[in-house]
Amino acid sequence: MSYELSGTLLWLGQLLLGLAMVFALYRLLRGPRAHDRVLALDTLYVDAMLLVLVHGIEAGTALYFEAALVIGMLGFVSTTALAKFLLRGEVIE
Amino acid sequence: MSTAAAVLVVAGALLACAGSLGLVRMRTFYERVHPPTMGTTLGTGLILIGSMLYFSALDSRPVLHEILIGVFMTLSTPVTYMLLVRAALHRERKDPGG
Repeated sequence: MSYELSGTLLWLGQLLLGLAMVFALYRLLRGPRAHDRVLALDTLYVDAMLLVLVHGIEAGTALYFEAALVIGMLGFVSTTALAKFLLRGEVIE
Repeated sequence: MSTAAAVLVVAGALLACAGSLGLVRMRTFYERVHPPTMGTTLGTGLILIGSMLYFSALDSRPVLHEILIGVFMTLSTPVTYMLLVRAALHRERKDPGG
């Protein structure tokens, strides 16, 4: 009983995170300007990282934690690089 | 224990979803910067605590490596958003509207 309840709740959490990714994707496609798209991309990777974490809880292995950590780090680097690019027109000076 | 973890996960997912919804609903860019931080701070925190609870119960020993993601997100989010807003200010000064 408890196992089924937590399974349903985890499924609901994944659904909500998927919905959050759809909202971020809408803003990514809609714009209207480049910094809006970068902000949407940042939100999208955070939601994706959380989705991977929740899938890891559902699967019961700590393997997905490492994937989530890598997504978090690469997302930070990419958003920072994009913001630098918007600021200066080049990433590495 | 797994039910408590699942409730925490749903609460965090709800916060992340509300943050992304704010990204769609808010009108200007400077308003839109605010909502996603709800998901990146409290949403991530709740899901990480849920994950820690679940794996600690599963392995019957304290599993704390999720703190790494928490510390990393707490440090990286303000840096990213400050750079992004500075870029937005710069761009709107150079080319208002458009």
